[in-house]
Amino acid sequence: MTTEIVPIIMPKWGLAMLEGTLTTWMVEEGVDLTNGDEIAEIESTKIANVFESPVTGTLRRFVAAEGETLPVGALLAVSAPASVPDADIDAFIADFQENFVPPEADDEGGPEPVMVEVGDHRISVLQAGEGDADPILLIHGFGADKNGWMFNHTVLAEDRAVYAMDLPGHGASSKTVGSGDIQEMAEIVTGLIKALELTSVHLVGHSLGGAVAIAAAGDVPIKSLSVIAPGGLGVEINGEFLQGFIDAKRGKHLKPHLEKLVHDKSLISRDMMDDIQKFKRIDGVPAALQTFVDVNFEGGQQKADLKEKLAAISAPVAVIWGEGDEIIPSSHADGLPANVSVTIIKEAGHIPQMEKASEVNDIISANVKGA
Amino acid sequence: MAKKSYRQAINEAIAQEMRRDEDVVVWGEDNAGGAGGDGEADAWGGVLGVTKGLQPEFGDERVLDTPISESAFIGAAAGAAATGLRPVVELMFADFMGVCFDQIYNQAAKFRYMFGGKAVTPMVIRTMYGAGFRAASQHSQALYPLFTHIPGLKVIVPSSPYEAKGLMIQAIRDDDPCIFFEHKVMYDDEEEVPDDPYTIPFGEANVTREGDDATIVAFGRMVQMADQAADILEKEGISCTVVDPRTTSPLDEDTIIECVEDTGHLVIVDEAYPRCSMASDVSGLISQNAFKALRGPIQMVTPPHTPVPFAPELEDLYIPSPEKIVAAVKASRA
Repeated sequence: MTTEIVPIIMPKWGLAMLEGTLTTWMVEEGVDLTNGDEIAEIESTKIANVFESPVTGTLRRFVAAEGETLPVGALLAVSAPASVPDADIDAFIADFQENFVPPEADDEGGPEPVMVEVGDHRISVLQAGEGDADPILLIHGFGADKNGWMFNHTVLAEDRAVYAMDLPGHGASSKTVGSGDIQEMAEIVTGLIKALELTSVHLVGHSLGGAVAIAAAGDVPIKSLSVIAPGGLGVEINGEFLQGFIDAKRGKHLKPHLEKLVHDKSLISRDMMDDIQKFKRIDGVPAALQTFVDVNFEGGQQKADLKEKLAAISAPVAVIWGEGDEIIPSSHADGLPANVSVTIIKEAGHIPQMEKASEVNDIISANVKGA
Repeated sequence: MAKKSYRQAINEAIAQEMRRDEDVVVWGEDNAGGAGGDGEADAWGGVLGVTKGLQPEFGDERVLDTPISESAFIGAAAGAAATGLRPVVELMFADFMGVCFDQIYNQAAKFRYMFGGKAVTPMVIRTMYGAGFRAASQHSQALYPLFTHIPGLKVIVPSSPYEAKGLMIQAIRDDDPCIFFEHKVMYDDEEEVPDDPYTIPFGEANVTREGDDATIVAFGRMVQMADQAADILEKEGISCTVVDPRTTSPLDEDTIIECVEDTGHLVIVDEAYPRCSMASDVSGLISQNAFKALRGPIQMVTPPHTPVPFAPELEDLYIPSPEKIVAAVKASRA
């Protein structure tokens, strides 16, 4: 039996996070935890989310109190087997606190995105991790950007390089989108893969980026494909959401649309809304978003049908969908070809990679490692 | 995205618009060179360095030094704007605007109206304002209410680097004369500012936080004071909405009214003299339109009705502070 004392620390969600507020403990001291159990609600300036236990063991001691704002890496709680005496835990906490150095705002230690020229486009790419294993490329959805993978990017990068890109018209990439057609976006993705000199790659895509990933998968050698609530597998899409997202002039008007993205409506934070409004003010962004909608989703209907492409992929394919998806219905996961493994996630909406991050990370990891 | 200062944000906005549109030109005292001799280029970039770097990139045809003759170069800008250019001119201190008032409020402000909509005047007058710089009574005033008073002018009071860049680009693209007030104490303030050009629409207030117990409307540099006050009050269990109107003309009346209706209390923080100020203007707006929503008296946090003092101790006392705002919120709720 292990006598190990394990610290549970403030997580880092996204590169910009320096501190978080522990709003609520969802468990009691003394409870037996399994890795992935929901243990607390934590709020960063960007997002509020449920913090899942990173450890399996007995939660012996709360160190952080509800309402406390603490730097990333600060001690929240301690897990240890029941046999470990209280005095050892006290000593462990004292030692941890004495040696803890909070990250600094100007600490430029984290990776910086790079700009890659692909045809006429300048594509912003952020790399996390490195290793010999085949790399992963993450492709975000409509209106999002590479930072939307904040709960997945570094987790998936434990043993390999994981690249997150900004699609044209999004994030820091150039704001011209050409036709805006999914096939053209797929060509940009394959161009990027070549420019990065990735000989084989695992593709992960969400929503619009899922459709782009499926379309690209036929054109480059891929090791596996994992798509979350992808476009291209059915006709329906929430056109009211897409147009509302573009048209909302103020955070207040944007909020009801963003709430359609999630099962737990409290996840939509003020900063998330502010960030989206800031993004939409950038020259060319409203026009780019409108082009994507007009070309691919006019009248709330998806134009691209990628089922045949999906069936033709020989690499392992995982499709992940939030059961309560209000943007693209999870019923689009019904009746997919036999080569596809489907997971429907309960209590999740259109962005399960944020709402149920560890579950989604596990599925992607399994798909990647099984490949 | 990189951190940029208020000064860099304004400079970047002007440079990006000059690259996009060759009609955008810059002039003012020491804007191009100004080290006091022939052949000295880009020495100052205006008295506090905001236009530094523009002359080397865009040349002497588009970045000009002017004599110390405000009435002449502001008048020239109004004429240039009416005939096709988009001048961004620097009038060093807002306090000096008096010498060219005719050009601003009788000429530039009236062209569109008096020529039946057939003339436009796309000019931006950049000017420094505000106390706290130890520059005494003639270099420290917050005169934006004077210009807000005049129909035909647009008046911008940016409260941070992010706001300054988006509002400056919007001002340069706007077809009416814009008076752009830069707080000289804020030039070294830094925050994340996107590299891409972006615009923030006029007349659309920024609600920097939402609370239940009081609304604080603050202008320009006073927005950060209001946010600090709201932080203090939050710890005491009083949650505040803070509204930054961004522009005093046009003014986002709807947002201010809505917020006061939600909270029932209003505190206005204005660095201008208290009489005929934004504080009294917003107070009038709410008295007329949301009187029944008020559960306590409107409070105005402003300097006293005196010139800005030169003695540092007095100047510090003169400027609204977070502590004064906290006291005003409590007074409204008492």
